[in-house]
Amino acid sequence: MAEILDRARAQVLENGVGLDEEGILEILRLPDEELPAALQLAHEVRMKWCGPEVEVEGIVSLKTGGCPEDCHFCSQSGLFTSPVRAVWLDIPQLVEAAKQTAATGATEFCIVAAVRGPDARLMQQMREGVAAIKAAVDIQVAASLGMLSQEQVDELVEMGVHRYNHNLETCRSYFPNVVTTHSWEERWETLKMVRDSGMEVCCGGILGLGETVEQRAEFAAQLAALDPHEVPLNFLNPRPGTPLGDRPVVEGKDALRAIAAFRLAMPRTILRYAGGREITLGDLGTREGLLGGINAVIVGNYLTTLGRPATADIDLLQDLSMPVKSLSATL
Amino acid sequence: MTAVAPVTAPWCDRCGEPAGDHPACAAARRLEPPRYCPQCRRRMKVQVLPAGWSATCVEHGTVSS
Ligand code: SF4
Ligand SMILES: [Zn+2]
Ligand SMILES: [Zn+2]
Repeated sequence: MAEILDRARAQVLENGVGLDEEGILEILRLPDEELPAALQLAHEVRMKWCGPEVEVEGIVSLKTGGCPEDCHFCSQSGLFTSPVRAVWLDIPQLVEAAKQTAATGATEFCIVAAVRGPDARLMQQMREGVAAIKAAVDIQVAASLGMLSQEQVDELVEMGVHRYNHNLETCRSYFPNVVTTHSWEERWETLKMVRDSGMEVCCGGILGLGETVEQRAEFAAQLAALDPHEVPLNFLNPRPGTPLGDRPVVEGKDALRAIAAFRLAMPRTILRYAGGREITLGDLGTREGLLGGINAVIVGNYLTTLGRPATADIDLLQDLSMPVKSLSATL
Repeated sequence: MTAVAPVTAPWCDRCGEPAGDHPACAAARRLEPPRYCPQCRRRMKVQVLPAGWSATCVEHGTVSS
């Protein structure tokens, strides 16, 4: 067995100390025949430091498209010739989306907007929307609205938003190749404010943007330094009309190596399957990832693309004897 | 779950090109709502909720899952 796996067993599994960048890179470079052992170890780490529960979440786009930023993977940027048109949900639709999410057994509902940061109109929609959801649906509300000011952070806390998502998307050294309209450091600033506010920090990114394997390791190490409550892991789903629209999808085994590596970097985080798993991993790979470090899923549809039916994931969790985390366990 | 465009529709509802044999679009449509009106090629207003979607053309109305 590879020496790195012995080292990870002693350090991560026994002591709960994540691998450093060098160790992460070794995991990402493991040959195929070592992959099952890496996934097995990552699974043991997850079971020991997080437990068997899986956190289930639904997401919805409150404001779609027309974003002034230029994240090269994103079909919602107004700067590309993507077919995604700008559109808003109204409050009843937002509440309906939360109800659909709760009906799957999910405990988390994340409201997302395609913006650089919120304006007064969006904050007003959030205020009304979060209040309406809280009055009608038993679910925790999270938000993802881009870069925030301190006042906006405070307002979200006041509304009862318990977790804030703001992805770094990729490592610091590769970020300027993916986004030119704002910097990695600006994103980091928002994350610091969110953390200091007491809201839970949700921060992850997308693999397959053209980053090297070294940069993938750099990214995992940078996330580990932030120590987020949750890390959503996306795999690029190349979107027509975007600068990355012709990129190949991440190879399934590389995606699984990344799942194991991210888990071994962050033994206690909620590591969530986000977008792209359907095309990168398929049904079989989805299962392997849940047995290789993943302990959370987004169920149902995404923001502009569709997922597999929520029931398929819930059935899979049942099959794997992994209980869905309940609301009482999250409070 | 997918609203299938009538065979006579002139445009592909995913790529907006003349309708025909588009294997990539057919495969992608499993996990994507339509984006172009198959009748007039306008980009539609598409709303995606966790358990469904709807797509509206100002001229030709709404299709949904
Ligand atoms: S800021 Fe968000 S919505 Fe806007 S282009 Fe970037 S990823 Fe897309
Ligand atoms: Zn087409
Ligand atoms: Zn039309």
